[in-house]
Amino acid sequence: MAKQVDYEKIGRAARARGAAGRTVIYALLAVWAVMVLFPFYWMVLTSVKSYSAYNSEYIPKFFTLSPTMQNYADAFTAVPLARYFMNTLVFTLVTTAVMLVVVVLAAFAFARLNFRGKNAAFTLFLSLMMIPSELVVITNFVTITNLGLRNTFTGLILPSVTSVFYIYLLKENFEQIPEELYKAAKVDGTSDIKYLARVMLPISQPTIVTITILKIIECWNSYVWPRLITDDAAYFLVSNGIQEIRENGFGRENIPAMMAAVVVISVPLIVLFLIFHKKIMAGVSRGGTKG
Amino acid sequence: MKSSNVKGWLYLLPAILFLGFFMVYPLIDVFIYSFEEGYNFASQTSFGIGLYNYSYVLHDGYFLQAVKNTFILVIITVPLSTGIALLISLGLNAIKPLRNLFQTVYFLPYVTNTLAVGLVFMILFKKTAYSEGLINLLINRFGGESVDFIDGPYWAKMFVMCFYTIWVVMPFKVLILTSALASVNPDYYRAARVDATPKRRIFTKITLPMISPMVFYLVITGFIGAFKAYSDEVALFGTDLNAAGMNTIVGYVYDMLYGDSGGYPSYASAAALILFVIVLTITCVNLLVSKKHVHY
Amino acid sequence: MRVLLEHLTKKFPGRGRKAHTEVIAVNDFTFEIPDGKLVGLLGPSGCGKSTTLNLICGLEKPTAGRIFFGEDDVTTLPPENRGVGFVFQNYALYPHLTVLGNILFPLQNLKGAAKLSKEEMLKRAKEAAHLVQIDNLLERRPGEMSGGQQQRVAIARALVKMPRVLLLDEPLSNLDARLRLQTREEIRRIQQETKITTIFVTHDQEEAMSISDMIVVMKDGVVQQIGKPQEVYDSPVNLFVAKFLGTPPINVFEGRVSGGRLFVGGDDILAAPGVTDREVWVGIRPEGFVLQPDGPLRCALSRVEVMGRDTSVVSSHPAAAGASIRSIISAENRVDTDSNAVRFAVKPAKTFIFDRETEERIRFGGQ
Repeated sequence: MAKQVDYEKIGRAARARGAAGRTVIYALLAVWAVMVLFPFYWMVLTSVKSYSAYNSEYIPKFFTLSPTMQNYADAFTAVPLARYFMNTLVFTLVTTAVMLVVVVLAAFAFARLNFRGKNAAFTLFLSLMMIPSELVVITNFVTITNLGLRNTFTGLILPSVTSVFYIYLLKENFEQIPEELYKAAKVDGTSDIKYLARVMLPISQPTIVTITILKIIECWNSYVWPRLITDDAAYFLVSNGIQEIRENGFGRENIPAMMAAVVVISVPLIVLFLIFHKKIMAGVSRGGTKG
Repeated sequence: MKSSNVKGWLYLLPAILFLGFFMVYPLIDVFIYSFEEGYNFASQTSFGIGLYNYSYVLHDGYFLQAVKNTFILVIITVPLSTGIALLISLGLNAIKPLRNLFQTVYFLPYVTNTLAVGLVFMILFKKTAYSEGLINLLINRFGGESVDFIDGPYWAKMFVMCFYTIWVVMPFKVLILTSALASVNPDYYRAARVDATPKRRIFTKITLPMISPMVFYLVITGFIGAFKAYSDEVALFGTDLNAAGMNTIVGYVYDMLYGDSGGYPSYASAAALILFVIVLTITCVNLLVSKKHVHY
Repeated sequence: MRVLLEHLTKKFPGRGRKAHTEVIAVNDFTFEIPDGKLVGLLGPSGCGKSTTLNLICGLEKPTAGRIFFGEDDVTTLPPENRGVGFVFQNYALYPHLTVLGNILFPLQNLKGAAKLSKEEMLKRAKEAAHLVQIDNLLERRPGEMSGGQQQRVAIARALVKMPRVLLLDEPLSNLDARLRLQTREEIRRIQQETKITTIFVTHDQEEAMSISDMIVVMKDGVVQQIGKPQEVYDSPVNLFVAKFLGTPPINVFEGRVSGGRLFVGGDDILAAPGVTDREVWVGIRPEGFVLQPDGPLRCALSRVEVMGRDTSVVSSHPAAAGASIRSIISAENRVDTDSNAVRFAVKPAKTFIFDRETEERIRFGGQ
């Protein structure tokens, strides 16, 4: 043996390096997890501190021994939070429902029907994906204003009900369903609409659910369009509502009550996320890779 | 054959109506607005056609401030967030236990209302009469001076803005990069191990080239997203961004359109188109660079 | 390099519902591979042959047992320190690097005293490329090449660092039938030129038999038989090995030994001296049949397939375990296709008896 190598030692050193590396990785990941979670913790914590307790803490405490629900009561009574909440709910549900109908019909036409000009139409649709909303919002604002639809649900909802991207996503999904099924259904005398409802939608259910959830998230968090189109607080959505609360609500600087409002409007989506986190993440990452 | 043609278009009709009315028409209209001089919103009349709107916008101090803010935001947050996201994803990819938990936690900000959480950031950073704010206390603990991050000096406000923006965009980037890393065939790593490839070389020669399409995708969408920053700023500094000196280009567009200084769709259109040209240029540059560096 | 495996065992923790149970992928494997041999690990999928390969290369750690390369105990050594070359089933060529870049890759990892100059690396890479005959493809990328070419690149990349042991995981499974024949000759040639101890894994017995110096037949993590291909074929130790080797496969019958004679159904086909009376399985290789008008094995003729040099006679027998019996006889023999019966004598050397319960081989006569 020309060279003596202590293999035992090499093996041990490699294992030790691996263990040390893993510890560092876990530590860094934990730091980021704290950075992500801390604002949520702080918002819940502050929301259960009483107004006087919060204001007397020159050095904020990281916990409270006397949690109070008073701020939540204030959030619903002193400002019309319940109204903002209902508005957002109506806006979200109607927008999502109408969008689903529009998107499903268009995706079906592109995926299964044959008609003149289909390819040209589809190319045109795809090119619309590149249009930034900032460009079209100006005219839409003028249009809706001129139609007298400011401060109405119609005005809020109409421009938000189509998504070229979701049409594209669903069309791809529809196309993966074997065409033989469609032909078989035709032979059996099934109408297109019936086939769509009975066969395609159930098979594509995972994609439909994903699209629905993503749209709900988008609606719940939308801010710009509602802000432009509503100045009557009776039609505010939660995002505008929270801005209104920040600037004019609760008299002077009632931070705990403000945080209670923040918790209330954040909870629905967090619950939705905890239930569907796998679907949501899969959907977003699929959307991301196709984008 | 004829009836099937009609049927196809019938299914498309709702989408075409909505898109035509709220996307195609506005797209044409925005160009017209931007060239109509002296447009009066109330009477809907204008004096004539020209470049005055552009010239006005480009000479408006608020617009220039907004452009400066936006560019600083883009230049700081895009590389930083992509880099940190890459680090985090590599970390996630290297562990097994707790991986799903970490992934879920990291994604949480994606589903939260950024206006609402922005308020939490505001109170964390804000210095008020009765409290220094949590972040300032931390700074004091390490021997620093308190700064009002929300109403204080420009750099402090810019810091919070960048910090919050990174916090908001991180979930998407981490998710995309983690799934890109996970989709690299493990045989490549096994082959590299058998060939005694050092860790750093595995990263630069295998991992990075393999996920480079996704990294470029994130950089491109990151640029686009950061150039359109607006609502995060509102969350931190309130609706009157011009007064705070923290307006963005998109914010300027909306302020021109509506609100206390609003009622000028022509200026808004001109500003929006300038933004569009900037974004388009940067995206094209990005695509050219990525063509050079992404090989498959 | 001699490779020695001593009582090698690998257990995997069960997954999901079977979380309490362990899966034993490799069970107590002891085997010495002499220097410079080509060895085929053979078995059906899930038999533990790939795990064995991963253990030898170091990508998996054994639960028990030891591995030696020459005199060195490498059991706990990480793969990067073992000096093995590994060719993956899907080749694992880096898609963003050219062929040359792929082959150079392992050399560029060398550090310290082993570090090579640029010219030396290029020279070695070109030698390796020449060995596998891809000299003219060096600037291509893997995506632009056929499966067979990619396979050669993968072998060149594994060979370029002059490994002590070369490991190939299902090297031919991703190739079409024609390329497979050609590539296996190629592997044989390269191995003989380099004299590197080579171990490859396959589920295709023909592949293993045709090029290996030795084959190892595995089933459920347990080694069944080790030997030269012809020896294993001619003298399987149990029914599994007998059935696994050979195309067409061996014909199996329910049989019985009684009074020193071997019966298949009612047919007394052979003398089986020294075997006590018992129920057995009888295996007869297709080439073990002799066409004979008064032969003892009486079968119902189904059809005759003429394949040029040979004739394949397909028939059936009530005691046969399979639906049909396939026998191969020289084409000079004429089979009366009008008749619906055919009779054979059997060659004792091509006939094996296995215990009905244990399926272990029972030797008789001079076997």
